[in-house]
Amino acid sequence: MSFYPYLVAVWLLVVGAFGIVRSRNLIHAILCLSVSQSGTYVLLLAVGYQWHAKPPVFGEPATHPTAKVVDPVVQAMTLTDIVVSATVTALLLALATQIHKRHGTLDPDELRQLKG
Amino acid sequence: MMVLIVIMLSVVGLAGTAVVLTGEPQRQALMLSAFGVASGLLFMVLQAPDVALSEIGVGTAIVPLMVMLAVRKTERRN
Amino acid sequence: MRTVVFLAGAAGVVVLAVVAALHIPGFGSTFHPYRTAAVEASVKHVAANVVSSVNFDQRGLDTLGEESILLASILGAAILLRPAKDETEKRPLSAGRVLESTRMLGYLMMPITLVIGLDVIAHGHVTPGGGFQGGVVVGTGIHLLYVAGSYPALEKARPLRAVEWGEAIGAGAFASLGVAALVASGAFLSNVIGTGSFGQLLSAGTVPLLNGAVGIEVASGTAVLLGAFLKQAIMVKGPDDSR
Repeated sequence: MSFYPYLVAVWLLVVGAFGIVRSRNLIHAILCLSVSQSGTYVLLLAVGYQWHAKPPVFGEPATHPTAKVVDPVVQAMTLTDIVVSATVTALLLALATQIHKRHGTLDPDELRQLKG
Repeated sequence: MMVLIVIMLSVVGLAGTAVVLTGEPQRQALMLSAFGVASGLLFMVLQAPDVALSEIGVGTAIVPLMVMLAVRKTERRN
Repeated sequence: MRTVVFLAGAAGVVVLAVVAALHIPGFGSTFHPYRTAAVEASVKHVAANVVSSVNFDQRGLDTLGEESILLASILGAAILLRPAKDETEKRPLSAGRVLESTRMLGYLMMPITLVIGLDVIAHGHVTPGGGFQGGVVVGTGIHLLYVAGSYPALEKARPLRAVEWGEAIGAGAFASLGVAALVASGAFLSNVIGTGSFGQLLSAGTVPLLNGAVGIEVASGTAVLLGAFLKQAIMVKGPDDSR
């Protein structure tokens, strides 16, 4: 049990990479990249967890601050990462639409042969 | 608590595999939305409400919408 | 052939991951030195949401960097999605066929969602939430107008010029708050305003202000991004499009 979350995180990373390698469509590859990124979020949050600890928020209802909470530093890293990686996915999707406009296809194997 | 965490981790792993194994991007966008909800629940169970808010807002609504619009734009010219 | 090379690489990654997992503290251990230091510092600066305090007070420079990545990639996507020289813009003829219940739900939920989003931004230093999450909710909530069936109403509600300005203003406000703190106390992005009492709306110094700046930027950025995609998918027609 102490290693199961890390295994799931590495599994998501490897499965996402497998999807990119075997993909026939650029948009499918972009979504597999998104799955790989989710694997890193699971890894970060798993590193910060402590059994029977509370979330690191003391505001509502106002409770006495204690040190028996889950690690807030990795949560801060993960939450900005989620929003930023969504915009990077948007940039990649915009690139994919432009590629389709110029070359008429979204297949990575066909695109490799279009030179010159 | 431990059982809940193990179950949610397995659901997230299966949903991620399903997203990768789906062929068409339109269906994949819906699977990604479900994967976002499962991830959000996993983050809640791991006592991270801020991260769960972020993931549900982004992974369930924004990314699938953009993928559907990109698919619509690229399949028109076929 | 490609798959064989990939499997070799994946095997290497898995071996390294297993070796690493055996050497770090197991899942759920009690050894978290950063956690103790961060909670202490956050209580000292009277911020009830420790994650927001870490994001905007203790590691504010990282958030400035992430916000710049956001700005740059939205800028790149908006530039890539501009109509090219051989494409024309066509106004959609009708509002499309939408079920009555969808239309009613869309018009009903839009103001509720906007208010919830603004509440999440404003209380980011007290409850879970903050600029990033609330900005996403506000930016997406305004598109319920499109779901309720009317693209012209969406265009009127969020003029693209205004949201582009909004994004720039949000990013600039974050940087200028940092420079103001530098002028006031000698350290960039330090917490210089007086901190209130624990758990109240007026507490934690500059954290609510930075939350507001990031909220404006993320909401406007999301609206710019979705607006660019919607315009390309609905209105722009290329030279060889049939309909």
